[in-house]
Amino acid sequence: MGEITQRKKIACYHCGDLCEGPSIVSDGHDFCCAGCKNVYHILSENNLCDYYNLESAPGIALKNPISKTKFNYLDDENVQKKLIDYADTKIRKTTLFVPVMHCSSCIWLLENLYKLEKGVTHSRVNFLKKTVSITFRTEETSLRKIVELLSALGYEPAINLNDIESQVKKSVNRKLSYQIGVAGFCFGNIMLLSFPEYFGLDKFTKNNFSLLFGYLNMVLALPVFFFSSQDYFKNAIKGLRKNHIGIDVPLALGILVLFLRSSYEVISHSGLGYFDTLAGLIFFLLTGKWFQQKTFDTLSFERDYKSYFPVAVSVLIDRKETTVPVTNLKIGDRIIIRNNELIPADSILMNGEGNVDFSFVTGESAPVTKVSGEIIYAGGRQIGKTIELEICKKVSQSYLTQLWNSEHFAKPSESRITTFQQIVSRYFTFALLFIAIGSAGWWLIFNPVLSLNAFTSVLIIACPCALALSSPFALGTAMRILGRNKFYIKSPEVVEQIAKTNTIVFDKTGTITQPTESSIAFIGDELSNDNKSYIASLTVHSVHPLSKKIYSLLSESNTFDVLNFNEETGKGLEGIVNGTAVKIGSYKYVNENSPQDENNTATKVYVKINADVIGYFIFEHAYRNGLKKLIHELKSTFNLFLLSGDNDKERASMEALFGKNTNLLFNQSPMEKLVFIEQLQKNNKKVMMIGDGLNDAGALRASDLGISVSENTAHFSPASDVIMDASVFEKTNQFINFSVDTTKVIRMSFVISLIYNIIGLSYAVQGNLSPIIAAILMPLSSVSVILFTTVTTMLYAKKNKLK
Amino acid sequence: MSIIYLLLGCSLLMALVFLGAFIWSVRSGQLDDDYTPSVRILFDDIKKKDESSNEKVKNEKN
Repeated sequence: MGEITQRKKIACYHCGDLCEGPSIVSDGHDFCCAGCKNVYHILSENNLCDYYNLESAPGIALKNPISKTKFNYLDDENVQKKLIDYADTKIRKTTLFVPVMHCSSCIWLLENLYKLEKGVTHSRVNFLKKTVSITFRTEETSLRKIVELLSALGYEPAINLNDIESQVKKSVNRKLSYQIGVAGFCFGNIMLLSFPEYFGLDKFTKNNFSLLFGYLNMVLALPVFFFSSQDYFKNAIKGLRKNHIGIDVPLALGILVLFLRSSYEVISHSGLGYFDTLAGLIFFLLTGKWFQQKTFDTLSFERDYKSYFPVAVSVLIDRKETTVPVTNLKIGDRIIIRNNELIPADSILMNGEGNVDFSFVTGESAPVTKVSGEIIYAGGRQIGKTIELEICKKVSQSYLTQLWNSEHFAKPSESRITTFQQIVSRYFTFALLFIAIGSAGWWLIFNPVLSLNAFTSVLIIACPCALALSSPFALGTAMRILGRNKFYIKSPEVVEQIAKTNTIVFDKTGTITQPTESSIAFIGDELSNDNKSYIASLTVHSVHPLSKKIYSLLSESNTFDVLNFNEETGKGLEGIVNGTAVKIGSYKYVNENSPQDENNTATKVYVKINADVIGYFIFEHAYRNGLKKLIHELKSTFNLFLLSGDNDKERASMEALFGKNTNLLFNQSPMEKLVFIEQLQKNNKKVMMIGDGLNDAGALRASDLGISVSENTAHFSPASDVIMDASVFEKTNQFINFSVDTTKVIRMSFVISLIYNIIGLSYAVQGNLSPIIAAILMPLSSVSVILFTTVTTMLYAKKNKLK
Repeated sequence: MSIIYLLLGCSLLMALVFLGAFIWSVRSGQLDDDYTPSVRILFDDIKKKDESSNEKVKNEKN
């Protein structure tokens, strides 16, 4: 008789996961696996147990051991060159991306790395970017050793093909900060020097201060004009060259006229000029730009397959394993893929049992069994034993990766977005020039002295500062609100793009279904408690995802010791539990004598106890929470489509969900998805694509707006305009409505800024624009527009029940 | 009123010092990461607390 162990769920001291099966006890703490225990011992030997005091159970589970040769490629000089920021004969600096860092304990440990590895002199974490910058002495350690240490601690740096292939290193752009600083400094001081004149300083004193103040103002305005505002001139010229009149053209015109007229007034002693207006205008504009520039540092919206593919793989050359960079792989190369490694190119399985998880590609996480001679497409991850493959296509020419050779990936994705501001500013500029020239012409006839005055006044007062601010602040606020709700957009303009949508295309697996959750049901007679225990005892020993799911269903049951345990990868498990022979697995594996194939393709796991097959577990994809309600809400306003790479076994349940009239397409290849989106666009549809895997990447890029749904936003998402955390999927309709409301705010604030412009113009066309009116109107209009847009946008967020 | 010339010089000089300080802070990367330092600053406290509590234990033993 087997010993019965009554199990309670115990949380691992290191990673906090609930222990499956008995916990490993060491030093009086419970650990879920040997990996976690090892990390604890490394830390405790080095007096780094503060790690556990800062946060409880901060660690990362290390359930899959990392192969020893995995990082050998880091010894390659060419690879190192790309990863190292600075090198001299003695020290080197590198910045590694560690996506798993998540709490203050992580920061603390990573910054105390020098206690674990002698050669490390300094390490510094940027938590928002999830990077650690490490300085080390080349004599004592190497990049490979550091990466291996980090991986052993659970903090495996993500080094991928993109890091190695990219030519340009991202440099931090601090120019805007300097520009704002300079503009703010000058704005404050010019204001200070202008005030006395407004209150009639020279009337009280005999000194001619206003002259001095005028020249000082001019000197202070020089850096504002030549440094802080230079980007507006550059953009305006760039736009004009392309025959495109954006908001930058009237802005640059206004700035130029402000500066020239003010300088003329000061030099000719005819007035103080409008330097305060000029500095204030640029300060506000730059603040708007800064507000709009917010980015989500940890997220990358530009990921292609290179961001996920490994840098190097083991290749068999003359029966010896050598590490070769993925880019140098040739057709016919024999590669070795170990547990949890990614297959980099389409290849034929030569040796071993393939059990491939295609979740990166399709969103489907249940592994697919492959046998010798079968083609395995690139992007799959091998689970289980080591396999040997022969490359049959180059990395960039594979079934999946050739998607990136399509024309959609050649042009920048921004070019497809036209904003409200762009449309309006074209008309605005022409209207402005018309009024300016018109009033100049009028005065030329009736009072030529005032002509130039009126012309410049119109350009100054109509400088669309408030208009230029309304979009950045409305969109910037919306972007922050959406970000708080885990709906991360690439750039603020995307909000307007969302609002234009009239067609929504869904991917199926991983998008509307949950990749990690599936509903399990047992079909057959109800399981007795004994049978439950038998099945649980067997499945607890397997790491196969299906076994884990069955075990989690039965985890309340007692477990027994298992004799003659045997697991055949991709087939099933068997063993003798409490004297009973138990066999669990695929139809063929369990029903040895009747090789008749079932025609239904749903995932099933059969159970045989002694000689009887008592039934099977059936796995069905669980739909995301609130899906039914969401589809119901969206159906009334949008055209809905479903594009699935799977076969149509779920057609019936999809029809129930989407309605019979919806177009449901199955068996779609990545390229077909892309073409389908293009077809919709040809019919003048504004298409929003919601997908999740690399196979959707083409469709996401081709669509007017691509949203990728991600279970773990820091880890994986294909290139898109929006990254949506899977947990907020049900709020999609709220996000769309909120975006529509935000564009309303922009239109309203546009009207407000037009009213200010009309008031100002009524002075300007008469040719008597005093500096005071300009100095009051400019900040007043800017501040009121900023307040209006931010507050109204926030109110709309509340209306749409967003945080 | 000629004092105004002096005041003007002083105020501009002060403002320039602040501008210089701002530019220095940007250049040294203080604006690049506005989260990690807020966590980092608490680490030393934890160590000190441990040391002081160790001392307390020692004192109690004595």
